[in-house]
Amino acid sequence: MTKVTFNTDLCKGCGLCVDACPKKCLAIAGDKLNPKGYSPAFMKEPDKCIGCAFCATMCPDCIITVEK
Amino acid sequence: MAVVFEKPKSLTDAPFHYCPGCPHGIIHRLVAEAMDELGIEGKAIGVAPVGCAVMAYDYFSCDMIEAPHGRAPAVATGIKRCRPENIVFTYQGDGDLASIGMAETVHSAARNENITVIFVNNAIYGMTGGQMAPTSLPGQVTQTSPYGRDVKHCGWPIRVSEMLATLEGPAYVTRVAVNNVKNVKNAKKAIKKAFQNQIEGKGFSLVEVVSACPTNWGMTPKQALEWIESDMLPYYPLGVFKDRTEDGGAAE
Repeated sequence: MTKVTFNTDLCKGCGLCVDACPKKCLAIAGDKLNPKGYSPAFMKEPDKCIGCAFCATMCPDCIITVEK
Repeated sequence: MAVVFEKPKSLTDAPFHYCPGCPHGIIHRLVAEAMDELGIEGKAIGVAPVGCAVMAYDYFSCDMIEAPHGRAPAVATGIKRCRPENIVFTYQGDGDLASIGMAETVHSAARNENITVIFVNNAIYGMTGGQMAPTSLPGQVTQTSPYGRDVKHCGWPIRVSEMLATLEGPAYVTRVAVNNVKNVKNAKKAIKKAFQNQIEGKGFSLVEVVSACPTNWGMTPKQALEWIESDMLPYYPLGVFKDRTEDGGAAE
């Protein structure tokens, strides 16, 4: 069981976490906007997550917290 | 549940002002993680550059000083000589370190000042809108080289790490990149070693981090990281160029 938390308000939607994820669990919420005006990343398929923290390693804004 | 990954304590809560996908945020985090792990946040003094990272003093929770353009190694030299018990680092871009600040960089390295220099090389002037930098690649299109950098009249890009490695002075000179997870982890090791060298009094350590500028390169963040791999790394190969410390290089 893993838990990946996004500080969504600070996400800039760059998508580097989405590309880094080896299990392809993340996605950009194209239909949403955060207060900065970006479409944020979110955990689309939490069951596939293995808690490797590759997303957080590549996140340039330090908005991802990973628990395992 | 145990926390596997969270924002390091040596970063403040201030949100980064950088463009989406700018690796400055990753490199800030690596520096902060190294400070956390070595327990030096309370005695670290950072010197911010002129460039996109000019406001780095808002992001690191250690003491910070803003230096005039290119003068960060000179300012760091002064701080370190007055307060040798503190850990002093500079965080500079290529326009700052390799252009206007080249003299300060070379001479601090030649004197083997016991400081740590984090050099972010993204082959362009980011903050001023994407002009050609000393590190821009041959043929690279920038605002001031719209037909591509012509080496006949603009000269060749400077490989700072290789150049400094020819000096007797520096203790540790290495080049790392942040274009994928593996390279980010290697970059972390190199940055931590650069701080460890200073703690042990081994002298001048410079970590060149090959980075990206998606906005001024005119690419998406993903394309920019791919361009690092395809175009920058062949010209700026990764590796340890000088290591006068005992236990060999940190970044393979």
